[in-house]
Amino acid sequence: MLVPLSWLKEYVDINVTPQELQTKLFDCGFEVETLTQLGGEIDGVVVGEVTKCEPIPETHLHVCQVNCGDKGEFQICCGADNVRTGGRYPVALVNATVYATAKDHVTIEGTMKIKKGKLKGFESHGMLCSGTEIGLNEDLFPGAGYNGLLELPADTPLGADIKPITGLDDWMYDISITANRPDCQSMLGIAREVAATLGQPLKMPATDYKTDGSKLDGFTVSVEAQDLCPRYQAHYVKNIKIGEAPAWMRRRLALVGIRSISNIVDITNYVLKEIGQPMHAFDLRDLEGKQIVVRRAKQDEPIVTLDEKEFKLNPANLVICDGKKPVALAGIMGGLNSEIKEDTADVLFEAAKFARDNVRRTARALGQHSDSSSRFEKGVDEYATELGMKRALHLIEELGCGTVTDAAFAVTTGNSLERRKLTVSIAKVMSLLGIEIPQADVLRIMQNLDFNPVIDGDSLSIEIPPYREDIENAPDIAEELIRMYGYDHIQPTFLAQASVTSGGRNPQQNALMKLKNTLCGQGLYETVHYSFFSPKDLDMLRIAEDAKERKAIRILNPISEDLSIMRTMLAPSMVNAMIRNVRRGNDAGRLFEVAKLFLPEELPLTKEPEERESLCIGLFDSKLSFFDGKAVLEAVADAFRLEFTYKKPEDAAKYPFLHPGMSAVVSLDGKEIGWLGMLAHDLTDSLIPEHAAFLAELDLTALRPYLTKELRFAALPKFPVVQRDIALLVNTDVTCGELEAVMKSACKSLDRVQLFDVYRGEQIAAGKQSLAFSLFFRGDDHAFTDEEVDQFVAKILKNLGKQFEIAQR
Amino acid sequence: MDEQIKAMQAEIEAAAASITDSKEMYLLRKQYLDNKTGKISALMKNMRDLPPEERPAFGKVVNVLKDWALNFFTEQDARLKAAELAQKNAAEQIDVTMPASKHFCGALHPQTLIANELIDIFAGMGFTIFEGPEIENDYYNFTALNTPKDHPARDMQDTFYVSEEFLLRTQTSAGQIRVMENAQPPIKILSPGKVFRSDDDATHSPMFSQMEGLVVDKGITLCDLQGMLDVFAQNIFGENVKTRLRPSYFPFTEPSVEVDVSCFACGGKGCRLCKDTGWIEVLGAGMVNRHVLENCGLDPDVYTGFAFGMGIERIAMLKYGIPNIKMLFESDVRVLEQFRG
Repeated sequence: MLVPLSWLKEYVDINVTPQELQTKLFDCGFEVETLTQLGGEIDGVVVGEVTKCEPIPETHLHVCQVNCGDKGEFQICCGADNVRTGGRYPVALVNATVYATAKDHVTIEGTMKIKKGKLKGFESHGMLCSGTEIGLNEDLFPGAGYNGLLELPADTPLGADIKPITGLDDWMYDISITANRPDCQSMLGIAREVAATLGQPLKMPATDYKTDGSKLDGFTVSVEAQDLCPRYQAHYVKNIKIGEAPAWMRRRLALVGIRSISNIVDITNYVLKEIGQPMHAFDLRDLEGKQIVVRRAKQDEPIVTLDEKEFKLNPANLVICDGKKPVALAGIMGGLNSEIKEDTADVLFEAAKFARDNVRRTARALGQHSDSSSRFEKGVDEYATELGMKRALHLIEELGCGTVTDAAFAVTTGNSLERRKLTVSIAKVMSLLGIEIPQADVLRIMQNLDFNPVIDGDSLSIEIPPYREDIENAPDIAEELIRMYGYDHIQPTFLAQASVTSGGRNPQQNALMKLKNTLCGQGLYETVHYSFFSPKDLDMLRIAEDAKERKAIRILNPISEDLSIMRTMLAPSMVNAMIRNVRRGNDAGRLFEVAKLFLPEELPLTKEPEERESLCIGLFDSKLSFFDGKAVLEAVADAFRLEFTYKKPEDAAKYPFLHPGMSAVVSLDGKEIGWLGMLAHDLTDSLIPEHAAFLAELDLTALRPYLTKELRFAALPKFPVVQRDIALLVNTDVTCGELEAVMKSACKSLDRVQLFDVYRGEQIAAGKQSLAFSLFFRGDDHAFTDEEVDQFVAKILKNLGKQFEIAQR
Repeated sequence: MDEQIKAMQAEIEAAAASITDSKEMYLLRKQYLDNKTGKISALMKNMRDLPPEERPAFGKVVNVLKDWALNFFTEQDARLKAAELAQKNAAEQIDVTMPASKHFCGALHPQTLIANELIDIFAGMGFTIFEGPEIENDYYNFTALNTPKDHPARDMQDTFYVSEEFLLRTQTSAGQIRVMENAQPPIKILSPGKVFRSDDDATHSPMFSQMEGLVVDKGITLCDLQGMLDVFAQNIFGENVKTRLRPSYFPFTEPSVEVDVSCFACGGKGCRLCKDTGWIEVLGAGMVNRHVLENCGLDPDVYTGFAFGMGIERIAMLKYGIPNIKMLFESDVRVLEQFRG
């Protein structure tokens, strides 16, 4: 919120510098985002009088002699049409900084430094300025709107700095106001805080006015939707003389970004900014049926707002109606049908409290926002409603633009505007803070904040100002005290009274870290990708329309379609990471991600979806084998002393993105826990040309129980191992895994099998391969003899022979 | 006899003189000293043919020869082996500056690195770790945290909804309620996790991660909050770092504070990192709001507590000097490899 220092000074004497005030505000909870001097970019501009002014022939220019008092007398060439002898103007001296304008002399294009120049042979030592060139407009300073020189009053002291004269020395605070302090969304609100923190009295704006005794006979105001409008006040003002608002009011509105329209409209805007109460003024002659009704809109009821936009409303919207039609969209904008016009003579002023959530919903639903709606959305208190109306009526009188009548209407729900009383235990307040604030300071702070404190022993009784709807209990008082007393009084303690607890990760969390560390040990980098992706990412991997991965939770308000559904698999994000890397010239990478999959039981979502943890591994390189990737999975198995088994997928169509010959499903304990494989050639060629990629995804939720198995020591074997090597000639479609499984089941004394050679080629028949295994036998109760081992091998070969077409080499 | 000995010595010396290989020398040694076939051993055997009175003298002479030969061959062997080793070493010179055949070294993501650091710091202070769901219901994310529907504080965070009731959690604070509903004080939890806000520009990412801390017990004060945050700040940013509390607002804490740390780059003098203020905003915190305790069935007149929440990426960016949050989600290996170790 923009707060001009000059305006603030109307309510409180400020005895500190603008920068000190910034710190004070910061310390008590009001962060000043920027503090700038209004004319901060202007420098070296003084008041000068043109003492001689002669036209330069055949140009629009004049050559002037300018008297700048103690700054000297300068010859300046000027092209403005209103330059004249005896005129006093802002003079930018050589080296001064002013705003540069476009050819239209209105649009500001940065700043410029004034240099000595020569025009048509005449030297020019400076520049006579327009209002625009020193950052002023008509509202900020009368006369500054003229597209020519800014003419200053004849008594303006020569040589004086232009800034104090035109108000450019004012300071602007842009203050961020937290959501719990809607009462500070106004000049008066901030002034109350400034007065409290400086310990200065608050000077309330005048709210007195005289009435002429007249009434509006037969006119009624009623509120049908009191839940959305707990207070509605209206007041009739007659003999309206529409005109310009005074310069001081226009300047203040201009400082906070509001353009002056007319005295009546300006008064409503002024009260909004000063008191924080949005106001509205109806042209009374446009109100039909002698009544105001505040009600929910009917279905499809139309309204055209002041900005000439038409809306079709519904019962979720609140409207202000006369006897026949809506005349305002409550809290958002008045209707075009009852706006203030140049010949308006009778006005009905409105000040109301509308429920913030309803204003917020309606403004959002209609896309119609205004200063008023944004104020209501933050929350207006009923005290401000009453104060705002009084202030507006006072201003009518002060500006002499109307006669206040006795026709006043107020419909309320009976909410009191009296102060609420609260008594809290001082000990309780201090026990939350952990320090003792001296009683004198408690009293001072509470008094400065206008809480009317009384201390009796341990109890602090206060009367809460009606605008402080946020105050309800001891912690609120604790906060008020400490923010004014100063957070620097807090003395850090280390859980002085708390119980000792044992902390740390649980076994599951430890196991996950071990898993990540294992993967790092395999040279993988951990990645983090967004939890949402695009249906296009599933298309990229050719996931079938009816695949379970397509049953994804959709975000109702996504940033874009690219980030619109919750992930049902991690692989697409991993492939996208590879694509990004390859495009950036990173030729190789070993990556993994641990993240959640979001698996709804049904869509649309009726209950919490399952969040299933998944591990995705992605390797890419210019050359890469399936077994480079499988090694990573085996390292995981080793790290947790698990045995993974691999087989080709029964249904290759389930993995349309993998190489059909180089893909597998991985199982643990007979349960399928994931898949692995090389990215299909055609996908590789189109997505990461001249590279190869390995992908795997494991269901961590299924793996979890196996990751926390307890360590047990096994006694070392007593008897030596006996090794035999065999080479088997089998068909190429027989797998190593199948052979190993048969061998193991054939002989329980077979401790370990290790494939050590594979041969396919000229020396053996086509369609055959030679697989050479080392077999390791070990006895539990005795050392095996050669004869025993021969028998084991014979049994193994026999069993292999039963299942496979096999020959020994 | 002596001549015979001398001749054999000369014969051995002559034969050895032409040998340059320790294996050949060994064969020569065997010719003379092998127990069965050696020439010197043969002399000993000849002793049996001598008359008994000559045997001691003969034996003595042969033993002298044997000792001499043993000594001679030991010296020769040592000499040749030393030469051979020198030659082998000379032949095996390598360029030690050539690249190693090294194993890959991986890296954890900065998000995990910072989370781990935080977990280690707070675990030592008795915190356990709780991880809640990423898709939360409105109650846990907002309502129970004293932020009912249409509360203006909801505007502080732009929320992704997946249904009327469910949303992508905007804050790990949601976990506070889940913990407090199911536990009795003393409660000390740390809740890391991904959070989501509908914000996507140069400095905002629609997903980032937070670390939430919660302590509920008897007699917990604002002083305890600052004391604990001092420990955090000094561990993460350096021993000399100080914290500063300043008033703020969160619906679920009262009083609420923003916590700044003194700038660890300039020591508080003012620099680019701290925008010349000497302070860097790192987290939000406060005393747990009474309504939140009540919502979780805890008596706010018996228990008090504090909570704090920080952006993990923000800490990572500050600590490691990462210029852009988006870099953390792009998986560029040139970024990731910098966090090896």
